[in-house]
Amino acid sequence: MAKVVKNPAAQVVTANRLRDGAVVYLVADGSWSTNVSEGAVARDTVTAERLMAAGNQAAADQVVVGPYLIAVAVKDDRVEPLGTRERIRALGPSVSERPAA
Amino acid sequence: MYSYDEYDQKLLDQRVAQFRDQVRRRIAGELTEEQFRPLRLRNGLYLQLHAYMLRVSVPYGTLSSRQLRGLGHVARHYDRGFGHFTTRTNMQFHWMKLEHVPDALADLAKVQLHGIQTSGNSLRNVTADHLAGVAPDEIEDPRIWCEIIRQWGALHPEFSYLPRKFKICIIAAPHDRAALRIHDLALRLHRNEAGETGFEVMVGGGLGRTPFLAKTIREFLPKRHLLSYLEAVLRVYNQLGRRDNLWKARIKILVHELGVQKFTELVEAEWQDVKDGPVEVSEAEVARIAAQFSPPNYEDAPTFTREFDELRLNDLGFARWLRTNVGGHKQPGYAIVTVSLKPPGGTPGDITAEQMDAVADLADRYSFSEIRVTHAQNLVLPHVRRADLPVVWRALAALGLATPNIGLASDIICCPGLDYCSLANARSIPIARRLTERFDDLSRLHDLGELKIKISGCINACGHHHVGHIGILGVDKNGEEYYQVTLGGSEDLNGALGTILGPAIHADRIVEAVETLIEIYVALRRDGERFLDTYRRVGLAPFKERIYAPA
Repeated sequence: MAKVVKNPAAQVVTANRLRDGAVVYLVADGSWSTNVSEGAVARDTVTAERLMAAGNQAAADQVVVGPYLIAVAVKDDRVEPLGTRERIRALGPSVSERPAA
Repeated sequence: MYSYDEYDQKLLDQRVAQFRDQVRRRIAGELTEEQFRPLRLRNGLYLQLHAYMLRVSVPYGTLSSRQLRGLGHVARHYDRGFGHFTTRTNMQFHWMKLEHVPDALADLAKVQLHGIQTSGNSLRNVTADHLAGVAPDEIEDPRIWCEIIRQWGALHPEFSYLPRKFKICIIAAPHDRAALRIHDLALRLHRNEAGETGFEVMVGGGLGRTPFLAKTIREFLPKRHLLSYLEAVLRVYNQLGRRDNLWKARIKILVHELGVQKFTELVEAEWQDVKDGPVEVSEAEVARIAAQFSPPNYEDAPTFTREFDELRLNDLGFARWLRTNVGGHKQPGYAIVTVSLKPPGGTPGDITAEQMDAVADLADRYSFSEIRVTHAQNLVLPHVRRADLPVVWRALAALGLATPNIGLASDIICCPGLDYCSLANARSIPIARRLTERFDDLSRLHDLGELKIKISGCINACGHHHVGHIGILGVDKNGEEYYQVTLGGSEDLNGALGTILGPAIHADRIVEAVETLIEIYVALRRDGERFLDTYRRVGLAPFKERIYAPA
């Protein structure tokens, strides 16, 4: 299980989409994706602030709700959130959704 | 059952129309999240980890078959085909889309259901003994008073902005089946020496970060004064309850800080001003509401039939189910059936739309179209003829709803935890599922006897872990999930808060640790002792020594 990183080397902006509440990540072109690996990765503070400003603008434009930065690890083309909570947000509940019948 | 009158229905339909317009304006960008949030919360709509979550109120845990089908309809058309019953006997839908919520609420309003006052600092759903009206040990049906409070407290302007939420529970039997004393206001109907019935009034219960059991402020309140006394309690709380600190805002903190005696004096003084005033409920109104809770037309049903007797003798599965999931009924020839929502490996309290429809059908055929929801996250068919028990058992078993485990180790109370909830620090469902898989040997499960395991994913304690015989609380330690274990909690009238066993246990070891606790109990128990009895006799030490023994 991943530990929380104090000064993350890589970050992406996440939020919930207004219309349906889905977990989304800010893409480099300013759109939002439900796939964290499509998220724009900030590797320095200046980029992180720029992405966060774009996230805040999207919230002001009523596209998403509650944007914030999360720490991620980048492996090849895959972006993996760090920490249990963000992994669950990215991948969905860790248990099968429908009850066993 | 209580059925809405034209005022109830009109109020609800108007609210749906208002919220539909609010959602439209939110999606159109005319309302910010800051403006919209209090509006959606007033309709039970949260934004959780993966989606919006709609919490639907089930007043005093009573549902008609039509209402249960209505919940199934919402699960099927607006969610992912299932819903989750909570410890407040409400239903939560975890996968709602904002744009669909107005339609879902309109559909729910057709069956007289809604999400009003399931959130926010308001009077929440009043709960009751889930066996109200059918329990042999009950003196009268407490739901009449729950309904009177519901009508009085619905959208009550003075109590819509309390310091914090306010939960009320009413029972009317010597046995507490509703976890009475963990409520902000706990009412117990009983008889005084003159033979009159009235309420023992207890206040200041609640779990969360600072758990307390409710304390008695009045031994006997004549029933006719219920609303004026309640008004006095709420006025004192509204005026003096802390609004500066979210963690100290519940009435339990006020009662604790003032002391029971001072709090009682303030309530009694306030009561003198409102007693016998216009808020008091008239005898005619009580009678009007009581009539809606009249018993169904029971028939003269046989106590036993040959099929029943033979099945009980020859089928261990049926015999086990009778022992744990079937209880005695007020009416001779009838029984109370608990529908287990705790299958091995399942999520406690979850139920599919198909199961909801099927239980509604069973209720229509065998239980006068009535269903109850329990705070332990199970359902009840409250009026089943004993002669029908074999057929009801077979039908429930075919649906996966007849696990014979009510009150046993696998009948776990569990909050949604970090798999869904944005407040949670750790997951609770996977722990519950892994534990119930361990207890799928029914011989062992029945041998272990009554054992209440309760799991919360954070200190808010929706899973009631403080009052579990074994309580499990998820905590986050540097991004890793750990679980703090408490022992010896109990939710009945002589209830107790559990004692912390020791340092929190890592997620990889928690299920094994619970197994070990149970092994210790089995080794130490004397004849007839439940886990709780053994714990009370031997104390924490033998459990602690083994769990924290150096490897």
